[in-house]
Amino acid sequence: MSDRVAVRKTYKLYIGGAFPRSESGRSYPVSTPKGELLAHAAQASRKDVRDAVVAARKAFGGWSKATAYNRGQILYRIAEMLEGRRAQFADELAAAEGGSARAALALVDEAIDRWVYYAGWPDKYAQVAGSTNPVAGPYFTFSLPEPTGVVGVLAPQESALLGLVSVLAPVIATGNTAVVVTSQERPLPAVSLSEVLATSDLPGGVVNVLTGRTAELAPWLSAHRDVNAIDLTGAAPSERRELEIAAADNVKRVFVPRESGWADDPGTTRLAAFVETKTVWHPIGV
Amino acid sequence: MTVTFERPPLSDVTRDDASLRRFLHGLPGVDQVGAEGRAAALATRSIKTTAKAWAIDTAISMVDLTTLEGADTPGKVASMCVKARRPDPGDPSAPPVAAVCVYPDLVGTAVDALRGSGVQVASVATAFPSGRAALATKLQDVRDAVAAGATEIDMVIDRGAFLAGRYLQVFDEIVATKNECGTAHLKVILETGELATLDNARRASWLALLAGGDFIKTSTGKVMPAATPPVALVMLQAVRDFAHLSGERRGVKLAGGIRSSKEAVRYLVMVNEVAGDPWLTPDLFRFGASSLLNDLLQQRHKLSTGNYDGPDYVSVD
Amino acid sequence: MFEYAPAPESRDIARLKPDYQIYVDGAFRDGRGDAIKTINPADETPLAEVSEASAADVDDAVKAARKAADRWAKLPGKERGKYLFRIARAIQERGRELAVLESLDNGKPIRESRDVDIPTAAAHFFYYAGWADKLPHAGFGPNPRPVGVAGQIVPWNFPLLMAAWKIAPALACGNTVVLKPAESTPLTALVLAEIVAEADVPAGVVNILAGGPSVGQAVVEHRGLDKIAFTGSTEVGKSIQRTLAGTGRRLSLELGGKAANIVFDDAPLDQAVEGIVNGIFFNQGQVCCAGSRLLVQESIEDELIDALKRRLETLRVGDPLDKNTDVGAINSAAQLARIRELSDTGETEGATRWSLPCELPERGYWFAPTLFTGVAQTSRIAQEEIFGPVLSVITFRTPDEAIAKANNTPYGLSAGVWTEKGSRILSMANRLRAGVVWANTFNRFDPTAPFGGYKESGFGREGGRHGLEAYLDVS
Repeated sequence: MSDRVAVRKTYKLYIGGAFPRSESGRSYPVSTPKGELLAHAAQASRKDVRDAVVAARKAFGGWSKATAYNRGQILYRIAEMLEGRRAQFADELAAAEGGSARAALALVDEAIDRWVYYAGWPDKYAQVAGSTNPVAGPYFTFSLPEPTGVVGVLAPQESALLGLVSVLAPVIATGNTAVVVTSQERPLPAVSLSEVLATSDLPGGVVNVLTGRTAELAPWLSAHRDVNAIDLTGAAPSERRELEIAAADNVKRVFVPRESGWADDPGTTRLAAFVETKTVWHPIGV
Repeated sequence: MTVTFERPPLSDVTRDDASLRRFLHGLPGVDQVGAEGRAAALATRSIKTTAKAWAIDTAISMVDLTTLEGADTPGKVASMCVKARRPDPGDPSAPPVAAVCVYPDLVGTAVDALRGSGVQVASVATAFPSGRAALATKLQDVRDAVAAGATEIDMVIDRGAFLAGRYLQVFDEIVATKNECGTAHLKVILETGELATLDNARRASWLALLAGGDFIKTSTGKVMPAATPPVALVMLQAVRDFAHLSGERRGVKLAGGIRSSKEAVRYLVMVNEVAGDPWLTPDLFRFGASSLLNDLLQQRHKLSTGNYDGPDYVSVD
Repeated sequence: MFEYAPAPESRDIARLKPDYQIYVDGAFRDGRGDAIKTINPADETPLAEVSEASAADVDDAVKAARKAADRWAKLPGKERGKYLFRIARAIQERGRELAVLESLDNGKPIRESRDVDIPTAAAHFFYYAGWADKLPHAGFGPNPRPVGVAGQIVPWNFPLLMAAWKIAPALACGNTVVLKPAESTPLTALVLAEIVAEADVPAGVVNILAGGPSVGQAVVEHRGLDKIAFTGSTEVGKSIQRTLAGTGRRLSLELGGKAANIVFDDAPLDQAVEGIVNGIFFNQGQVCCAGSRLLVQESIEDELIDALKRRLETLRVGDPLDKNTDVGAINSAAQLARIRELSDTGETEGATRWSLPCELPERGYWFAPTLFTGVAQTSRIAQEEIFGPVLSVITFRTPDEAIAKANNTPYGLSAGVWTEKGSRILSMANRLRAGVVWANTFNRFDPTAPFGGYKESGFGREGGRHGLEAYLDVS
């Protein structure tokens, strides 16, 4: 009896709830830190960026107007799905980032917990960040946070899962939709995470995941006029200036993180980075 | 391509209770804060020198000099009529007031005292101020006043019926009263202080206009708040819009609580900018007042002499 | 006819001086830039000579602010707050003077400078004064720190008020500032410098530099500034964002707008008319959040436009110092030219123009209140910010269409909704992509209410608790 031949996975993009190959037909080899080939990942092009932004914009209306409770439930569902695949993600992470299986599993657990952390925020953030404003006149005035829109996310290069979740979850928690450019050298956990997202009741297009060359894709995302904000976490410091200049074309909100460990308390900084404050006035009369 | 609303002829809207209700409730709402804000903004107009002199004389000519006390006597009314004819004995250029306003039993006294002066005799009627009497009684009240020579009748509406939503009843009573007036002008007192909201003030205004009231009037003076700037604003908008729709100009009378020249001038600004210049005549705008006249006279003295006047230089009646 | 006699405020009240100097490191001195004459836009006469700053003065001001920053930040909040309270009170005390000066320099009606600009400026200082000793309770962590030294550039439409919006929260949070008022309206900011000096605010905490775009550029480019706060055009805002790219310096932008003022068929019509008038003719329409697009439900268009025109005929256009003036002068020749140019395109693009038949003064910069009907969504006057007393009327049929048209702009600063239906108000407020939604009112401002834009109208908020964030290191 011969050994069974394993079925290998094709690592594809995740756009609008579907898993297409890059329209360019390109792929690139992905290896372990030690240089062993793991797989060939899709190498997204500018047209994939374009398609992803279209999908994210299309999804924005529904996601931003979903109830906060519903968004929280879905984020929690993502944690549940991930929990069921702990072992798979630990293996993939160990392969992607190196290090021990135990350390990888700890990172996976941390990533799951981060989804749980952010799953609790959607129905609380407006209470923390909103206000009623005691204006000097007969008006009821309140301010509340609203999602900025379509957010481009350059995921961190080193932390392929915990870092990715830490930048992605706060973006969608408040109702934004995201176009994520994954870690260039460690993209595979992100592709697997897409499979989790696809089975977590998250509407297609809310998160779109592109693998490929960050330096190639980031300028297209940063200059795209239908992207409202960009997170430069995964950009090389030498490229940030040009990306910020491009972002000014439509007055994008640009988030440049401070150095911090992914295991630190995430706080609300990343939630606050991708919301707008809307102030509403109405007279009080009979 | 634009679409316009064709309103039904106005006679249609008073065909029955349901039509009348639909019409009144179909009028645009009044946002209280916005209306108050507009009234307050108009009050910031600065009326000085020649404009002030013109406004004070115009205001004097619009006064319905009023006494409506249980203690009124022929002597008091006669004395008031002298003042009405010639408010400032020392200055014949001061105009006479528009009318004197008294209870029906004193109309005769006023008619005698004002004969030949051009000053009108107005009388409150219809069981003023509450209006709580049988319709027959109220109409008799009107007949008495008209028979005694009143040329203007100030009626009160049935606020209870209005607040209960029996609009057609209110309408019919106004129509009946108007029929008793003959050639006398009918002023319909809405008693906006009891109607409580500006939406009601607007609906009551239209109701009175549809029923044929020559004037709509804020208050009896017996209920506070009486004339207020937002209420005046809404009523002036009503006569403006009514004229726009029907081509007929009807008047507004503000009564109750207007004591100073400053307030009177502010109301004239409001008339000017809300209803428009054609309403700046005693035929279409009145102040029901008693003490206001003296303040107008004192301000008049101040303008002509440059010095402040004192209460001893105007008569108490 | 009720002719209102002229009721002008005396220009003597402004205590206009022949010369004004910049304020650096606690002292007034001549700037090393050109001396310019600031003129009265109502009659084109010179008001005063203003000494402008040079790049070297900017550098001095930044150094002074830097030197003062540490002590100012370490001053107990309750003491910092007292300086701000002093400024608030002094603005109130000199309110009439500031109002007349503002109207002379800007061209806005005295009624507005007296009733809106100056009291709101004082209120803004008063509000933020009280925050200075309560910052740990503001929701930005237990130990919020100031950003450092802020460069602040304000526009000419609300010269003193915008200076207050910038300076008050910055100082309350422990920052020091270098503020540049607009070239055409420097005077009230320089009087504010006097007030700051008389309040004994430590030298270097507030520096005020008159000057034009080159001075603004020097401020934006100065590496010694930790933060730039800018209010002005979207075009300049973008260029500032580019300049700051990669520097790590903080930025907040309050830029242009093309607000939709949406009137449904069940609106309180008289109040809606007032809101439309206030929305587009307040400050001659030179307001970033002006309701410059009237979106009216097609079924009431004729009725509303008739009522609007009747109302406009009561507007009094003329001498800004006359207390009865509703619409004053356009701030500058350049702005007037832009308004004219865009209005002309309105006609060539096929919209129907109606201008208030009123006499305009022969000298000065004047533009009659104007509205365009039959405006297509694609035309320039429906898309571009005119920043003048020009209203574009667009119709819609359904709430969805109103939302689609209202949001169909790169801007997102403000919007108005007029309807008596409560659930519709909340639905519209929810779906409008704008930082401020006025429902059944328009152009209301308050120090406690956050103000700022979505999309290309900028980012960051001014006013309220939210306004502290722009001047705190919260991460």
